[in-house]
Amino acid sequence: MSDEINPVINMVVFGIFVVATLIIVFRVSKRNATATEFFAGGRSFSGPQNGVAIAGDYLSAASFLGICGAIAVAGYDGFLYSIGFLVAWLVALLLVAELLRNTGRFTMADVLSFRLKQRPVRMAAALATLVVCFFYLVAQMAGAGGLVALLLGLSGPVPTGITVAIVGVVMIVYVIVGGMKGTTWVQIIKAVLLVAGAGILTIVVLVMVGFDFSELLQRAVDASPEGEAILAPGLQYPNPIDFLSLGLALVLGTAGLPHVLMRFYTVPTGKEARRSVVWAIWIIGIFYLFTLVLGYAAAAFVGPEILTDPSTPGGQNAAAPLLALEIGGPVLMAVISAIAFATILAVVAGLAITAATSFAHDIYASVIKKGQADPKQEVKVARRTVVVIGVIAILGGIVAQGQNVAFLVALAFAVAASANLPTILYSLFWKRFNTTGALWSMYGGLASCILLIVFSPAVSGGPKSMFPGLDFDLFPLSNPGIVSIPLAFLLGVVGTFVGKPEADHDAKQAEMEVRSFTGANAAKASDH
Amino acid sequence: MTTPDHLADRSIAVQASPEFQALRRSFFTFILPLTVLFLLWYLAYVLLAGFAPDLFATRVGDSNITVGLLFGLGQFVTTFGITMAYRSWANKRYDPHAAELRDEMERGELDGPVAGEEAAR
Repeated sequence: MSDEINPVINMVVFGIFVVATLIIVFRVSKRNATATEFFAGGRSFSGPQNGVAIAGDYLSAASFLGICGAIAVAGYDGFLYSIGFLVAWLVALLLVAELLRNTGRFTMADVLSFRLKQRPVRMAAALATLVVCFFYLVAQMAGAGGLVALLLGLSGPVPTGITVAIVGVVMIVYVIVGGMKGTTWVQIIKAVLLVAGAGILTIVVLVMVGFDFSELLQRAVDASPEGEAILAPGLQYPNPIDFLSLGLALVLGTAGLPHVLMRFYTVPTGKEARRSVVWAIWIIGIFYLFTLVLGYAAAAFVGPEILTDPSTPGGQNAAAPLLALEIGGPVLMAVISAIAFATILAVVAGLAITAATSFAHDIYASVIKKGQADPKQEVKVARRTVVVIGVIAILGGIVAQGQNVAFLVALAFAVAASANLPTILYSLFWKRFNTTGALWSMYGGLASCILLIVFSPAVSGGPKSMFPGLDFDLFPLSNPGIVSIPLAFLLGVVGTFVGKPEADHDAKQAEMEVRSFTGANAAKASDH
Repeated sequence: MTTPDHLADRSIAVQASPEFQALRRSFFTFILPLTVLFLLWYLAYVLLAGFAPDLFATRVGDSNITVGLLFGLGQFVTTFGITMAYRSWANKRYDPHAAELRDEMERGELDGPVAGEEAAR
């Protein structure tokens, strides 16, 4: 197939995207940005703008390339991912978005530490943020390497390493120069391109089958070696408990993802945060309907045999670009691939600014400087942190080449659902909840999650494991969610009953509750 | 200047007020059943997909559309539906009451440091 792929067109289209976004980032950014400017884009985005940006942050390579590929190869089981990813937004909309916006300023830790002991809780929340961002970042970087193999027809460690490094460097420039404002505009541009590109491809496919979805399924069944099995669940997850565990992590993870939570601070009010989630849900939902069509179309028109053939560069993740090549030729493929690249770049930038903000605002300013840091210094630290994060992401991305992208992202979701969500919900809704409960829940969720992953078949003991030669898979499931999430909720309760409340427990709880429910004293857009 | 104690007293007073308690109650009366509903519906979907794959494989009529596909699309429909129901409830029923209490809370410290800096500590 690769003789039809034109690397020059691919590089030109991608280059245009990078240059255009860099120009925009330079134009919207301010020199000497204040902390609110750099960390929260001056809280100047409207709900709809932020909604599009949230969709941009959320629809990562795993959503686009991963789900299309999974549906093309495993059929219905790929669709299960998109349902979990979408329904999860209801948790964010109903329970978290507005209350969080009303309570915090820049980070998730702002909310968690509001009425609890500042330093230990901020430290735990910042660590959980960094761990989630790290796994998510590495997953995106691993995806970038696979994509370049397909786009440029090159494979091997050197071109892959160079690509990952380019992604890392462009991301560093976006974030250092543009801060949250520049990063948000990159997300908005990318989200529009991604949804438009997937939408056009979907319409072309539907025209080809005469708008008869049943006909498309028939062609997919005819092309698949699994036949009719692709129309029902069970191909990828024969064990229903495995699927339940993954499903829990997906549905409870979103509302604990730090880079998603941080987006709520870029709007002026809680009401705008609500509007942005409503917009995001519509965009994300419609996009997942597109991927349902595109996944089965890739099965029908490209064929699972090509996608699972080890000699196909990019493998399963190449389903969407190869479908574009099949039905629209090299130019459409270049456009779709450039969009996929843009997706990775934008998501990586969103993760980097989240991790840098958390380090500067939570660890540097609150824990190291004990809250006495100059905001200018805080921004300076964040900018330097971005460089460090960029380097770590580049190295991690190179090491993780060939790892299963979906596994790494599902791990990030499991950590978010175990370490972050219980404490977020308890501190918002449970009056008695205290510092001990928060620390037990966060560290317990984080540790159990990582331990269970290490001892899972995803790491050792099976042909698809990270270390297929070793065998220490004591835990039978590939996602720890079903154990670590209830455990973290339970530890929050037990810790709360073991620990003692702070002296000002009732006053701080009252302040937080009134503030979160009414928006009183919430951080304003003009807050310099 | 507003002292932290002033803010604390005010918060406790507002929290104890019947208006705030009513606001809180209206929030939970609307949100809790909806949350339980969508979580159970999602759980049912996941469990059916895992334990009853044959049901999900059943065709609808003589098309290739399966029961599982309809269940899946049903999750999309309920998600969109709950989103719009919440939006309309929050805009019409919740916001006006929340705004009243917010103004009351903020009026008490017009002479103090404004907005948000309290949490920065």
